[in-house]
Amino acid sequence: MSEFLFLYRGGESGRSSPEVAQQTIQKWMAWMKDMGAKGHLKDQGHPLDRTGKLVKGQKKTVTDGPFAETKDIVGGYTLIEAKDLSQATEISLGCPIFEFGGSVEVRPIMQLSM
Amino acid sequence: MELEEHLFRREAGRITAALTRLFGMHNLAMAEDVVQDAFCRALEVWKFRGVPENPSAWLMATAKNRALDMLRRERTARTYAPELGRLLESEWTLVPAIQEVFSATAIKDDELRMMFSCCHPRLAEESQIALILHIPCGFSVDEVAGAFVSGHAAMEKRITRAKKVLAESKRLFEIADEDDFSARLPAVQRALYLLFNEGYHGASTKSAVRTELCQEAIRLTKILLAHPQGATPATHALAALMHLHAARLPGRMDGAGNLSTFYEQDRAKWDAQLVAEGQRLLNLAASGPDLSEYHVEAGIAAIHATAPTAENTDWRTIVSFYDMLMNIRPSPVVALNRAIAVAEMEGPESGLRELRAIEGRERLLSYPFYSAAFGELELRRGRRKVAREHFESALLLARSPMERQFLQKRVDACEAEESARPAGSNTSTKAEAH
Repeated sequence: MSEFLFLYRGGESGRSSPEVAQQTIQKWMAWMKDMGAKGHLKDQGHPLDRTGKLVKGQKKTVTDGPFAETKDIVGGYTLIEAKDLSQATEISLGCPIFEFGGSVEVRPIMQLSM
Repeated sequence: MELEEHLFRREAGRITAALTRLFGMHNLAMAEDVVQDAFCRALEVWKFRGVPENPSAWLMATAKNRALDMLRRERTARTYAPELGRLLESEWTLVPAIQEVFSATAIKDDELRMMFSCCHPRLAEESQIALILHIPCGFSVDEVAGAFVSGHAAMEKRITRAKKVLAESKRLFEIADEDDFSARLPAVQRALYLLFNEGYHGASTKSAVRTELCQEAIRLTKILLAHPQGATPATHALAALMHLHAARLPGRMDGAGNLSTFYEQDRAKWDAQLVAEGQRLLNLAASGPDLSEYHVEAGIAAIHATAPTAENTDWRTIVSFYDMLMNIRPSPVVALNRAIAVAEMEGPESGLRELRAIEGRERLLSYPFYSAAFGELELRRGRRKVAREHFESALLLARSPMERQFLQKRVDACEAEESARPAGSNTSTKAEAH
């Protein structure tokens, strides 16, 4: 088994109605639960706040977030276990974020072994 | 931890009402923003971390914090509700004021205050029920538009206009004033009745939407019943009527979501528990001298809900109830229903005579079930060709795909070699009209 990081970008529903917000949460929870039941969920991860600081360059210049357009901001992450990259990608297809135009970046965590 | 169905919608309605009492009606948009922020936050956090132990408390605490942030930022920029609003001006009283607003007993009354506010006498009934769905029930403008099969833009306009009328009051309706309460109560009952009817008879093709409207109407009526001054015999009768009708909802549509005729309905599907609750409420309604239209309609619904079959229904009593209803709140639609009941009691010829004699029947000419009633009764007399023509005119007037499908089936029934229904049986239109 290898580990993968899912990085979620965009897909905010904006001013959604309470009913839609509730349904969206339920879809995410169902997806997480399903990954857990199949032994793929290493760490369900956390949402990230939209604000923050960017520290950059040799001069260590500090700028305020947001750092990119809304659709490009990483909104959260999850740690996944899968056989290989193609299985991890397959798992990501069930993510509800796509309904709202968001994306999932699937990144293998580099192995320590040679 | 699973989320209770529609929890967000209900909490949104409650929190908006509570904040509006503090902010003032003219700052309704600010209350809505706080609620929106709190729910966005729940969405972001819960999708990763799951639902907290007490989701309602979490939402309320989050809204409370958002409200405090916003008030600290805008303390001097706005004027808030009369009386309460000045508590927001000082840091010393700000936090206790917010705490009080979110206490359990206060919030229950605020839902009621908001319901009464929405039934402002300067608003048309359609606007009142749109507002009720939008504010205390937490439906988005789109969802309200969907429920009434109206366009988004038209509904947006209607709700925006209605909110402006509310904003003139500055504060929520004060339920503590007994005279004001009693004066506004009939409008509130009427709006809840119409909300329920929109679910029961409305044009939405989605049976889930219709069931939700009925459920919301029942939920709000229960809030009204829980208030000593709101629990009048008429409110009990209204609640009884809703329960007795709701009991029949599962039988009104077949598996494919098509309307079933009154005769096709599978009575085993009717909800016995709701019938029992409806009857209990109807007994409670029987105190006092006032006989409201809700009493009479609940009485009719009770006869239907407890009749073993459509044929074995006490039509004579139903006709006498319709006579009473014609005295209390006469309308061509009530007269139409009465005519159909007369046909059940005395046969199609009497029914047709009553149909032709309806006062103000020109107002029914665009109502598909008026033509359909002629069709059913003619069909029962065996005059297939005439019946077919009536159903065809009804079909032209159909207001939704569901009605169209239903009426098309009736047109087809006139074609059938043998009538699908036993002799002496009733019109299917009845199912609709009742």
